[in-house]
Amino acid sequence: MITILEQLATSFVASAAFGLIFNVPKRSLIQCGIVGMLGWALYVVLTQQAINPTIATLLAAGCVAVLSQIMAKLYRMPIIVFNVSGIIPLVPGGLAYNAMRSAVENEFDAALQLGTQAFMISGAIAMGLVLSEVINQAIRRSRL
Amino acid sequence: MTSHSESHDRLTAELCLLAGKIILQSGGETHRVEDTMIRIAAAGGFPDSQSYVTPTGIIFAMGGSNPVTRFVRITDRSTDLSKVTLVNDVSRRIGVGDLTASEAIARLKEIEAARVVYPDWLQVVSAAIASGCFLIMFKGGWHDFFPAMLAGGAGFALLLILHRLVPIRFFAEFLSATVIGGLSILFARTGFGHELDLMIIGSVMPLVPGLLITNAVRDLMAGHLVSGLSKGAEALLTASAIGAGIAVMLSAWN
Repeated sequence: MITILEQLATSFVASAAFGLIFNVPKRSLIQCGIVGMLGWALYVVLTQQAINPTIATLLAAGCVAVLSQIMAKLYRMPIIVFNVSGIIPLVPGGLAYNAMRSAVENEFDAALQLGTQAFMISGAIAMGLVLSEVINQAIRRSRL
Repeated sequence: MTSHSESHDRLTAELCLLAGKIILQSGGETHRVEDTMIRIAAAGGFPDSQSYVTPTGIIFAMGGSNPVTRFVRITDRSTDLSKVTLVNDVSRRIGVGDLTASEAIARLKEIEAARVVYPDWLQVVSAAIASGCFLIMFKGGWHDFFPAMLAGGAGFALLLILHRLVPIRFFAEFLSATVIGGLSILFARTGFGHELDLMIIGSVMPLVPGLLITNAVRDLMAGHLVSGLSKGAEALLTASAIGAGIAVMLSAWN
């Protein structure tokens, strides 16, 4: 229970801090934090259910993108304001780091394996973003 | 005389280019730059204008009885999403007829000259806090929170300074990552920090080219293949520079 709260709080703060680094407007900082927090929460919950991290990242990235679209509509701001800071926690920094560390230690098999995993997860982030855009366009077209 | 006077044509062209330039330089997506310029031109009475935008330049052509083609070279780019938002608001107001062309140009010049919303120290502080938070998110212990904050803050501060001093791209990221690696190793050796790997991962996160990654994907999706690929390459090179910086320190330590 404490770890969940811990994760929610840190991911909220980290995403809002990233918004600040990207100079988002002041009145959107909280929303950036919320988008990042919910995306990360979904990722953590899914990985705890022993779901493949690539699938979890795909779904979490999709969730971030959909939330960003809603926020962008609500607050009449460009969508990148919201989805950039939400995507950051999902970036496979740990895997990339371990891949590089293995390479430095001359364990190239492990490096290749970890590197491929990191690549797959990056692809999943991209797919998540694409997926939500597709859904958004489909909804918009079907209304016309 | 046609319905558009020559000065009106020039004013509209200037307005479109200024809006596009600010969005592109502040980190907006290619699609948004093109869309904004075409919308503003349409509001000014040029429904069939064309714009071609790459990360390093804008070509803009207005049709009509007196065709105008203009080109702007973009050399420095930064990340300032609040400027993107402000220009977006201006373009929306032009669209509904709230602003005249000369008013809009004055407003855009104001936006272009404005300083960033958050001062440097605040950015460094938030990078430091983000580093600590990422350490916890990657299942680190709270005893490493402060060391990660220090390493991340120092690395990001160095990045900001180097970006101003050294005009060579990727070098700032490389050197900042080296400093982060060095500090983390120092902390782990002196017993101030505990888990070296997690400290490095957490404090390197503020350097990650998140905006480039997102924009590359969005550009590719929207069919802006040239922009998408070049932004993707920039993101990849930045990530490699960070990786190389950390790798140098790790292999020196081994």
